[in-house]
Amino acid sequence: MIVATRIFFVGGLTSFRALFYWLTPWIYIPTMLIAPLFQILLFAYIGRSAGLASDEFFLIGNALQYASIPCLFAMAQAIGGERFQNTLSAILVSPAPRIPLFFGRSLPVVLNGAFVAAFALLTGSIVLRVHLPASSLAPLLLVVLIAALSCTGLGLVNAALSLRIRENAVLSNVIFGFLLIFTGANVPLDDLPNWMSTLAQGLPFTHAIKAARELVAGASLGDVAGLLGAELLVGAVYGILGYALLRWFETLSRRHASLERS
Amino acid sequence: MQRERWWGTLELLVAAPRHFSLVLFPSTLGLASVGIYNLVATLLWGKFAFGIPLTIEHPLLFALSVLATVLAFAGLGLLFAVSFVRFRAAWVLGNFFEYPVWLICGFLVPLALLPTWVHPIAWVLAPTWGMNAIRESALGGTPVPDLLLCLGLGAAYVVGAVLVTNRVLDDARARGSLSLT
Repeated sequence: MIVATRIFFVGGLTSFRALFYWLTPWIYIPTMLIAPLFQILLFAYIGRSAGLASDEFFLIGNALQYASIPCLFAMAQAIGGERFQNTLSAILVSPAPRIPLFFGRSLPVVLNGAFVAAFALLTGSIVLRVHLPASSLAPLLLVVLIAALSCTGLGLVNAALSLRIRENAVLSNVIFGFLLIFTGANVPLDDLPNWMSTLAQGLPFTHAIKAARELVAGASLGDVAGLLGAELLVGAVYGILGYALLRWFETLSRRHASLERS
Repeated sequence: MQRERWWGTLELLVAAPRHFSLVLFPSTLGLASVGIYNLVATLLWGKFAFGIPLTIEHPLLFALSVLATVLAFAGLGLLFAVSFVRFRAAWVLGNFFEYPVWLICGFLVPLALLPTWVHPIAWVLAPTWGMNAIRESALGGTPVPDLLLCLGLGAAYVVGAVLVTNRVLDDARARGSLSLT
């Protein structure tokens, strides 16, 4: 139990810090703190130009959806980075229990994703002068945390695919684009074709974004409990699927001796 | 350039007898030309998947405008590349500039909607004029002034990049810090 706890917390934190081995700390500021603000501004101005929805709509949608950048890319790099450093085989040959090994890498990613989204929400509201009611701030933090957790589940699937494909950054970008369109971040779900809005129900962020919009509009945490439950369920399904895929691909990689080649 | 650094070939390129910007420009031009595919693919998706009517009033000027915009992007990319040659995490900044360029250069939002203080920034960015030229040639306006401005600014970026290259590489040689930064 102590070993598993150590692998979960210390291993996860060490792996997360290793993601930034090539960075000086100041790079975090433009990529994680300022870039989401420009995404919010871009879509808010497109919204103004098209007369589609209010600044508040785009602020909430894009601030939450931007959590997908740290969640998807960091989880993919948790595997891809190990391969690049030639340490992947050393990790997978170890007898370490896999649940704390893989999920331990997820915890810092969830916290970072939530921080990035919360910061974007705060700065975006200041720049666009969107009023976020004081009573909604604490529930919004919870929503942001759940959204990051849910997307990290999808990130775990992404990480598993990194065992089979080398250029995972491309896949992460494609998933990011899908989330931008399908989750209702920038287009109201009612305006999407039926198949798209149906598919959106099974994606991270869809329910969290809706919950956040309702909270800012005056709903209580209890009013959006169903949406948050749905978001958690989506994240849990992806998390379990990601773990199952990781184990499956790990076994396949051993069987075909393809760990360093795929 | 990041890959050259990872592969340990950046120093060899810098030490080559040809000017470093001459080595780098074809790379940035090649990467920028991928944008032509993106443009064509997006137009075709719009026309065939979403039924958006697509009429180009001046096809020749349209093609020239696209070419000029690609050249200007290559010049801008070259200027960025040589300016950040000594920074290990420069590629991260490349990603960072994506949304601001979309926003400021009028690709998706009319410049008139943005605050007045943003306009001068847009005017010194060649893609602003390239985008204007593409739109004007498609809609039947007068794209030539925008086209010339785009090409002029693109050329200015290349000249600026050559000057910056000399300065940055001289400094890196003097400090022996090219592979350390």
